[in-house]
Amino acid sequence: MAKHVVIVGGGVAGTIIANLLARGLKEELSKAEVVITMVSKDDKHIYQPGFLYVLFDKMRPDELTRDQRSLLAPSIIFHHDTVVGIDPKAGEVHTEKGKKLKYDYLVIATGSRPMPELIPGLKEHGNMFYTLESAIELREKLRKFEKGRIAIAMGVPHKCPVAPFEVTFMLDDYFNKKGIRDKVEIYYTYPIGRIHTLEPVAQWGVPEFERRGIKYETLFNMEKVEAHNGTIAVYSAEGSTVECDLLITIPPHRGAQAIIDSGISNDGWVPTNKYSLKYEGYENIYVAGDTTNLPISKAGSTAHFESDVVADNLIAEIKEGHSARDYDGKVMCFIETGFDKGTYIHFNYTNPPSPMPPSKMIHWLKLGYNRMYWLTARGVL
Amino acid sequence: MADKVIDARGSFCPGPLMELIAAIKSNPVGTTIEVLSTDKGSVKDIPDWVKKVGHEMVGVEEKDGYWSIVVKKLK
Repeated sequence: MAKHVVIVGGGVAGTIIANLLARGLKEELSKAEVVITMVSKDDKHIYQPGFLYVLFDKMRPDELTRDQRSLLAPSIIFHHDTVVGIDPKAGEVHTEKGKKLKYDYLVIATGSRPMPELIPGLKEHGNMFYTLESAIELREKLRKFEKGRIAIAMGVPHKCPVAPFEVTFMLDDYFNKKGIRDKVEIYYTYPIGRIHTLEPVAQWGVPEFERRGIKYETLFNMEKVEAHNGTIAVYSAEGSTVECDLLITIPPHRGAQAIIDSGISNDGWVPTNKYSLKYEGYENIYVAGDTTNLPISKAGSTAHFESDVVADNLIAEIKEGHSARDYDGKVMCFIETGFDKGTYIHFNYTNPPSPMPPSKMIHWLKLGYNRMYWLTARGVL
Repeated sequence: MADKVIDARGSFCPGPLMELIAAIKSNPVGTTIEVLSTDKGSVKDIPDWVKKVGHEMVGVEEKDGYWSIVVKKLK
């Protein structure tokens, strides 16, 4: 009997894992001893870090998209369908189109989704950039913005924890280059008591904010948003109010509805062992990417490094009957510090990050990676 | 015994307080949440935030190399 590996989700983690498995289990696939099936609600794969560049006219939307099928090894069976239920006890996955897929091994990589509707008024009065459509809409607003106050506020949890810094620095450069920075006030807010969750990044950021004239407020968790006569008012749970002409937001995120509907958790995150990356209590279910409930960054980089471990372990389990290695919490993120410089952070469960001084070289590396990402998705880089 | 435990030991990003804020937002009023943190700063950060927002600090305890901080969602 063939072993069936079902991968739910065609984002960064699902795609890398599928391709690494296809390579590592090439012989087993050719003998029909293993069948790899991916189910994804999207038939397009989008390079999400590119949204930030679309926002500032640095990349065109069609540069960010590939057909999902074209990224997958030919030996992978691909279903463009939405998973609506996961039944770990029965060992099957249910889809919107009525399929019941039995699995021997399951990989849950259903990702996260921005949900502005969780904060009253945020969807109506805030602008995000975490989808292609919303990034284009905000780009158009920025093009027309000539004077006034832009506030930046985020929900918790949110994907890509460095994005708040990146969008803020890029806004500063954007309006400087347009020659109207003196007419635009940038007001940054952050949910905890410093300007970034990573302490070394926050320490580096404070003098940088001051040098650039970026005002900020910490301990600011959006509770509701209203608009009065064209002015947007953002109210925080901590009792303060920020008024602005344009609200740029990173909304709170939740996991996939199928995770909630399957009774796995109430927020869509799957309880995951931080080392084995297995769904707690299930030896044959792996979890990767934003879907985990692990207290680490929800980011493509995390998904990438987790995927290497999940794929190695699945290959070893299928070939040799045991897993190969633990995940050590590895994350590596670029941080764009404007239009022409960047830095990066690198950390794991035991070693804290220590950002390098920003440089043009790191920025160029990031621009290069924006084009090389497709090799990552194919499991090459 | 807390209703929910967040094991944020070794979490540099997003960190224990951010994990607590997320859990507060996605759980019902009355839920007790225990945060495990290896970051000593949590002993001050978390109670400060809880007080400011109006939830209840149930307790802080130093354990073997980490802290247990228990919070109750009040609103």
